[in-house]
Amino acid sequence: MRFTWFNLMPWPDMPDDFRERHRSVWVDIDSRLFEPRRGHEVYNIYLDQLEYAASLGFDGIGCNEHHQNGYGLMPSPNLIAAALTRRTRDAAIVVLGNSIALYNPPVRVAEEFAMLDVISGGRLVAGFPVGTSMDTNYCYGQIPALTREKYAEAHDLIMRAWREPEPFAFNGRYTKLRYVNIWPRPLQKPHPPIHIPGGGSVETYDFCIDNTYSYSYLSFSGYLRARALMEGYWERVAQRNAPDASPYRAGFAQTICVAETDAEAERLYAEHVLYFYNRCLHIFPGFADAPGYRTIKTIQSGALAQYGARFRYQPMTWAELIEGGHVIAGSPETVRQRMEELIRGLRVGNIFCLLHVGNMPTEKTMYSTRLFAERVMPALHGLWPDYADDDRFWCHPLENPVAPAPLAPGYAAGVSP
Amino acid sequence: MISAREITLRGRRLAVLTGGAGRDLVFLHGAGGATADDPLLLRLAERYRVHAPLLPGFGASEDAPELRDMLDVTLHGFDVIDALGLARPLLVGHSLGGMIAAEMAAIAPREVTDLVLIAPAGLWLDAHPIPDLFAALPHQLPALLFHDVALGERLLTGGLNLEDPQFLIGFLVRNARQLGMAGKLLFPIPDRGLGDRLYRVRARTLLIWGESDRMIPPIYAEAFAQRLTGVAALHRALIPAAGHLIGAERPEAVVAALASAGF
Repeated sequence: MRFTWFNLMPWPDMPDDFRERHRSVWVDIDSRLFEPRRGHEVYNIYLDQLEYAASLGFDGIGCNEHHQNGYGLMPSPNLIAAALTRRTRDAAIVVLGNSIALYNPPVRVAEEFAMLDVISGGRLVAGFPVGTSMDTNYCYGQIPALTREKYAEAHDLIMRAWREPEPFAFNGRYTKLRYVNIWPRPLQKPHPPIHIPGGGSVETYDFCIDNTYSYSYLSFSGYLRARALMEGYWERVAQRNAPDASPYRAGFAQTICVAETDAEAERLYAEHVLYFYNRCLHIFPGFADAPGYRTIKTIQSGALAQYGARFRYQPMTWAELIEGGHVIAGSPETVRQRMEELIRGLRVGNIFCLLHVGNMPTEKTMYSTRLFAERVMPALHGLWPDYADDDRFWCHPLENPVAPAPLAPGYAAGVSP
Repeated sequence: MISAREITLRGRRLAVLTGGAGRDLVFLHGAGGATADDPLLLRLAERYRVHAPLLPGFGASEDAPELRDMLDVTLHGFDVIDALGLARPLLVGHSLGGMIAAEMAAIAPREVTDLVLIAPAGLWLDAHPIPDLFAALPHQLPALLFHDVALGERLLTGGLNLEDPQFLIGFLVRNARQLGMAGKLLFPIPDRGLGDRLYRVRARTLLIWGESDRMIPPIYAEAFAQRLTGVAALHRALIPAAGHLIGAERPEAVVAALASAGF
């Protein structure tokens, strides 16, 4: 099993009446809610947390891309990833990922990911999401019905830029380049492992299977609700005659809170979990799915059966969130049991652990993270022994990477050579 | 009486609503599509031979992923006229269809001699932003599209039951096909440069607007008129008690405007 400690980087100060007074946490969120001095503190705390998780032995530390979003302060995940390369040593840097249809030209992604891979010594796990409709269509103005075609073309361009040793001309519909010849090149050959976040599109299943990419379902609604979707994926893996059904072909994001006891978990974390589920996920339904963004095949598959629910909102309680599996919380033993149920039930080899939730203060985040690392993770790492050697979906770091040199005193004194 | 028929264009099925007798009139529908019981088409058919092709993705017209941008759709418009065997028909377009009709008239000014633009899309004025159709919820549409909001509610959302999963899937598929196609020209800002090309239009042109249009407010009629500098004649009609869907609210007034402009 591989565990990635993931921080969505939510804004922690959304007012109590946010839902009543504001239309949406995303796209047209009120900019006056962002306070830059507080932002300075928040970013640095979140980076500290990611570094702390790396020091505790998490396999990876992760970030993602959102735009104009109050629960995701990372319009540029690559900036966060770059900051993480310097003070961590072994953990994979999981960028999940760059919405490749949004970069103009998309070789920018090939370049920046290559930089991250080289700087980190081959620790990059690269993600290529299509991007949510909120980000891709409403914030970044991509035409919904053309988004997937543009994405597919960007993907082809990036993969060729990584693989082909000679400069080449690329005559795409959306990007035309006379000389594609990125510099630097990625350290991992032929390219870093690729994870594709998806939300139930049949086309995305096939894309992952055919290219040997890992499919990641980044849901906030927990493992019980994810079962139908992931079963659909595994059925497709079988139908499409994939050479194996390695669990590392799939990943899942799960909100997790660990304390000494179940009661302590509720006492410590309920407030922050409710902040996230009842306040941060307040998205104007008109932004959820621009017409044309989903393919007809996906709509017809019924994968969006929960779609109707987005028109009504019911605040959730801690008990409901635990019961529904949105959140796995409790003592190390409770969490271990439910995580094992998740891992076996969904057949996933990669877990993106959402251990910082909503407006959780850093001491609580570190407490929960340490308990998970020390008392839950070791008991789960050895699951899937038959696939222990499957390294196709994870990074291959250098054996002897250089470490950042300590700051030389001379620099501070302004001494020149 | 309007009936639906199908033609084949470049190997794809295309639905055309046809009816009436008189001068050939090609009607290009808006982002909501058109049906055989459309009140405006029925009225027009009393005076003209009406041909209303449905854009790919609308109704029984097959999707055409190869139509991606304004030029593709504009040329598709001429392909349809050719396939119908028509020569210089009266070209009428509403909203999205008005944007396409205006582009056709700008691209081929000698081909389009008579043009009717009913609340056409295609321009953007920073001081008068057009509401985002693609982020509008179903219950918000009547107020955007109708003068008589209660009528709009009956017509647009009367039969909607988004709680029923089967209905919902059908609703979402229709939306994805129709607005997905419309979005190629209208998303995120309904401006594909038409304003720079309108000077080329030579046709006798009639601009019709609903006085209570809250989707594309009547100030846009001024913007069109200012840019249509080369037209043979410009007629204008501002119709009271009509919103953006003028054809649904005041079909008789639209036909009367055509008649008084000499079409």
